[in-house]
Amino acid sequence: MYPDQFEFHRADSVSEAVELLADNPDAELIAGGHSLLPTMKSGLASPDALVDISDLDGLSGVERNGEVTHLGAMTTYATVADDDDLWEDATVVAEAASQVGDRQVRNRGTVGGNIAHADPASDLPAAMLAANATVHVHGPDGERSVEIDDFFQGMYATAAGEEGVVTGIDVPEEGENTASAYVKKPAPASGYALVGVAARLTFDGDEVTDARIAANGVMDHGTRLPAAEDAIEGESVDADAVAVAGDAAGDSLDEYMVMEDQQASQEFRLQLLSAYTERALETVGERAGHM
Amino acid sequence: MATDEREGGSDRIETVEADDVDAADILGSAIERQEDPSLLTGEAEYTDDIQLPEMTHMAMLRSQYAHARLADIDTSEAEEMEGVVAVFTAEDLDVSGALPVGWDLDSLRNVDNPIMVEDRIRYQGDVLALVVAEERYQAHDALDAVDVEYERLEAVTDPSDALAEDAPVIHEEEGTNEAFDWDIGDADDTEAALEAADNVVELDVTNQLLIPNAIEPRAVVADYDPSDDLLDVQMTTQNPHVHRLLMAGVIDHPEHRMRVRAPDVGGGFGSKIHHYADEALVSWAAKQVERPVKWQATRTESYLTDAQGRGHETHGEIAVDDDGTIRGLYVDTKANLGAYLSTFSPSIPTYLYGTLLSGQYEIDNIYCEVTGAYTNVVPVDAYRGAGRPEASFIIERLVNRAADAVDMDPAEIRKKNFLDPDDFPYETPVAMEYDSGDYHKTLERAMEAVGYDEFRERQEQAREEGRYLGIGFSCYIEACGIAPSELVGELGAGAGLWESGLVRFTPSGTVRAMSGSSGHGQGHDTTFSQILANELGVDYDDIEVVEGDTDAIPQGMGTYGSRSAAVGGSALVESARKVVEKARKIAAHQLEADPEDVEFEAGEFQVAGAPDRSTSIQDVSLEAYLAHDIPDDMEPGLEATTFYDPSNFVFPFGTHVAVVEVDPDTGEVAFEDYVAVDDVGNQINPKIVEGQIHGGIAQGVGQALFEGAEYDDNGQLVTGSMQDYAVPKSFHVPEMETESTVTPSPENPLGVKGVGEAGTIAAPQAIVNAVVDALEPLGVDHIEMPLTNERVWRAAGGGDD
Amino acid sequence: MERTIELTVNGTDHQVTVEPRTLLIHALRDEMGYTGPNVGCESSVCGACTVHVDGEAVKACTELAVRAEGSEVTTIEALGDEDDMHPLQESFQEEHGLQCGYCTPGMVMTAAVFLEEEPDPDRAEIREALEGNLCRCTGYQNIVNAVESAAAEMAGAVEPATDGGTAVEEGGD
Ligand SMILES: Cc1cc2nc3c(=O)[nH]c(=O)nc-3n(C[C@H](O)[C@H](O)[C@H](O)COP(=O)(O)OP(=O)(O)OC[C@H]3O[C@@H](n4cnc5c(N)ncnc54)[C@H](O)[C@@H]3O)c2cc1C
Ligand code: FES
Ligand code: FES
Repeated sequence: MYPDQFEFHRADSVSEAVELLADNPDAELIAGGHSLLPTMKSGLASPDALVDISDLDGLSGVERNGEVTHLGAMTTYATVADDDDLWEDATVVAEAASQVGDRQVRNRGTVGGNIAHADPASDLPAAMLAANATVHVHGPDGERSVEIDDFFQGMYATAAGEEGVVTGIDVPEEGENTASAYVKKPAPASGYALVGVAARLTFDGDEVTDARIAANGVMDHGTRLPAAEDAIEGESVDADAVAVAGDAAGDSLDEYMVMEDQQASQEFRLQLLSAYTERALETVGERAGHM
Repeated sequence: MATDEREGGSDRIETVEADDVDAADILGSAIERQEDPSLLTGEAEYTDDIQLPEMTHMAMLRSQYAHARLADIDTSEAEEMEGVVAVFTAEDLDVSGALPVGWDLDSLRNVDNPIMVEDRIRYQGDVLALVVAEERYQAHDALDAVDVEYERLEAVTDPSDALAEDAPVIHEEEGTNEAFDWDIGDADDTEAALEAADNVVELDVTNQLLIPNAIEPRAVVADYDPSDDLLDVQMTTQNPHVHRLLMAGVIDHPEHRMRVRAPDVGGGFGSKIHHYADEALVSWAAKQVERPVKWQATRTESYLTDAQGRGHETHGEIAVDDDGTIRGLYVDTKANLGAYLSTFSPSIPTYLYGTLLSGQYEIDNIYCEVTGAYTNVVPVDAYRGAGRPEASFIIERLVNRAADAVDMDPAEIRKKNFLDPDDFPYETPVAMEYDSGDYHKTLERAMEAVGYDEFRERQEQAREEGRYLGIGFSCYIEACGIAPSELVGELGAGAGLWESGLVRFTPSGTVRAMSGSSGHGQGHDTTFSQILANELGVDYDDIEVVEGDTDAIPQGMGTYGSRSAAVGGSALVESARKVVEKARKIAAHQLEADPEDVEFEAGEFQVAGAPDRSTSIQDVSLEAYLAHDIPDDMEPGLEATTFYDPSNFVFPFGTHVAVVEVDPDTGEVAFEDYVAVDDVGNQINPKIVEGQIHGGIAQGVGQALFEGAEYDDNGQLVTGSMQDYAVPKSFHVPEMETESTVTPSPENPLGVKGVGEAGTIAAPQAIVNAVVDALEPLGVDHIEMPLTNERVWRAAGGGDD
Repeated sequence: MERTIELTVNGTDHQVTVEPRTLLIHALRDEMGYTGPNVGCESSVCGACTVHVDGEAVKACTELAVRAEGSEVTTIEALGDEDDMHPLQESFQEEHGLQCGYCTPGMVMTAAVFLEEEPDPDRAEIREALEGNLCRCTGYQNIVNAVESAAAEMAGAVEPATDGGTAVEEGGD
């Protein structure tokens, strides 16, 4: 309940935050604080210094630039989940944000913090993968953009690195023939995803021409499910195709790397993955009017 | 009572304001609780809200390992830290410092239970050192600076493992982990009955360890005044007098110079009954530093120390004839007691368990054996229900299995074996005498409420569509208000289980009442005021009920085991009646009549047949204190105290029914319906009764589906935080439809039974029976609690094993 | 390392000196005496500590006091007092939505902003909204009832009820 002492810096700019982090390897960025503070309170983390980026102008808010929606890193889940346009343009992202934690958590936790922290059981990684987002990172070497497929690298490890600050995420608009969904099996105690599946399908008539399907909670980081994607591409979203894709969901994963803990065995996680992949695809199918 | 049909199922009981209730109807009205405004506005004062001048904060260093030898401990660095006032270890203790156990059994191996350990660590909650500092944060900082060297020992967490030959022995001086060996009922007759019956059905169940989870963690503020040697302790307690008595011995402080108070207490569910090392250490430390000391457990600390509940491994056998008649029941239980004996722990898996195994049924032969085992887990003691849920679970599961074995409907087999209303008082083969009951009525009401026949048709249809619906019954019995004291003494209790109640008129005619019960969310101020308003004919608002203060209240045994209304409430009734009798004599004296001719009704004394010759109890009260003109042989004043010792337990009962749909693909269980028909005797405040039932069911839902304290092989608690231990959330608990029947208890003047634990006792087996019923077509006949999705999925055939 | 921060609590300006690590809940309870919000866990799950920060429900145990600098914080103490309770406080009493009361300040504060955003919720939405507030006593049903009736009361309340009763002419569902 009682965090250890640390120094507190309120960054005035992203570059200052990057410098502070580079100068002190034991410093941590604090965004919404909803992953960091619980671990500090329970004594699992004890950074020397915190660099607060919550007051920086321009880091928070939802902005539309043509066919892309820009989410500032400090945008809260509540803001994202309340954005009606985003529910239209990138349903999967709004839906995932609406399912993070509880109301109080959603009022404080941030989209940047969520993907930068890269907790395997978080909700946004799979949603961002399905949405084909682009992440903006400001690091010691300047600014760069990272394709979401290259962003998640392992448990709590991302392409932003230890010293990079995620400044925002670009989410492309789904377009008329595309629909998406996020479905989640929350762990009863923590509410985090035991398994969460995000799917975005593009159709030509009834036929799926492009599928991006990804999962949280199953591997050590949010992961695409290529076997499920292949299974549904070229098919129409009917019960049979959905079942085949659900069955295939785990096929592309390295079975030995599937998460196992007191909540669920590897075998059961894979079972949930199949069932929730089916549910995600059914939901997308319904939304697209194909089921 | 007024009800109002709304969305969400059940008829809602509407509350009323006390002012709107006719005096004659006060008992039995759903009056809004008088405790609520202060709780709702932040005015309430919980222990951690207390601020005293010069107050210090304490933190306790607990063990990294569940089983180890404490090789060395160095506090020198911690002592130097900023804000640290003092650091203590067992070496510094100058008092006896061993926690007592309040219940003895013939075979009990009692063991030393030190408040700080010097040598041997037996569970993670053992205290190795304590720090007193100026600020909370500083006290916790200093804990990190205490240097401890451990020599680790092999740990054991399950009772059957602990009782095995080669298990590491936790209390070496005993040479075994067996804490006791106890039995009840007739072994030979039961064996014969099992042999003679057409069928014997067996079942092995684990009744998992549960963490009580009062949302307020335990806390203590102790203040010592050396000039008078007075120790003032405010703490999260369900029984301040018991804590005072026990603590006096543990820290060698005279009981009469100690005050224990319960401020507002944020739930208990048993966990705040027991005497823990913590309050003794806080109090002792306050004497050492001669400044007030405050401690509040962190949640993790609560999980590592609050006495846990259940923890049974049970083998059961039920004998049933082909016509459904139950012939006998045999139960063999290994009970986890944890690292030490907690305050009442020997009684829980014995007298509160084995004696309830007859359930609602006429079973001529019952035999139960229980072996208690020491393990390296948190001590196990009373948690809501305490023994009775375990008993009800095993019977109600076995009855379902028996129904399957003879191909009978689960409701029919219950009806066939129920005791009938004219069987009461009924003596069971396991030493209980049931007071009253009408078991058919609650089951029938429940079946009607769920639409049983219609459900079976729907179930049939759903099965054809590949959907799995199930229904589960739980016809439970509970025993509350353990009594009388002489009997519990014979059974081994180190305490009497009476309750005290003092009713005192003020000269101006208002009433202050003191009860030895100690509520912590149950609304005693409201219900006890209702009782007294009814007895005394005084305005509800003119009554103040005082609880939770050893200085104000004569004596008390506290609130647990659903005893407060039946025992505490009855004590107040008896005192009120004594007061009325004395007042009647004064009134007669004033009215120049024979006391026998003076009638008392609605607060007025009146000479029979002479309506103009009357006086009010308020006027009499003034006369009693003026004492200018009262009968010659009478002392002034108007008050009375009763130590009410009931003649027997009371036995609430009821039927709960769960209707669920199960998805065998994911193991997910969804509630379609939950119906509870409870009979808790007369109801003083039906809204409060309903609230107790709801809350109880929610905890039962928790046990059935989500909860369980889990330890790894080293005895480390794996479910160490609320992120890991699933306390049910708002959407985990179904909409509940609650109804009641009323069979008054003949045992007490209020005709009440008890309601605090009913829901928790009833719910788990209703839910498990329902899930098993749903999956019957897949050949499922048992699933262990908690019914996690994975367990249900595996039972339904998923997975490799 | 300590710093002095300014913030407004329940309309009163405060200056408090805290360490960077001081959690908002401890600043409120121990430094400023607002003991309405409670502490029930360290894993940010129970919600007993819920207050409003700039109008949003926040778990005060999961925020640093230094980061609340300049904020407006509202605790249960400001929602209404014993003689003049907020409709939610009234409905919690009428519907018996509390027993021990320890979860209640957090529960009510979460419900209060929720009803501002969603004045006419159904029961499932209410349960969903209270996901971040654990209650061990009530089994939630009467809490859901309380939030439901407060919504009806607030929707129908052209003028405040004088008898404290829940009778409403309209609103609700
Ligand atoms: C009770 C509870 C339930 C929760 N349930 C869920 C859930 O269901 N699903 C879910 O997804 N999450 C859940 N969370 C976690 C929550 O979503 C966190 O908000 C999120 O994981 C981290 O975001 P944050 O802004 O709070 O980051 P912080 O806690 O402030 O930071 C977390 C880490 O990320 C780093 N970081 C933060 N922002 C950036 C940035 N812009 N650039 C680089 N590094 C950064 C920090 O240095 C830190 O190491 C829950 C949390 C709680 C307390
Ligand atoms: S105290 Fe439990 S969530 Fe804040
Ligand atoms: S009323 Fe006790 S925890 Fe909710």
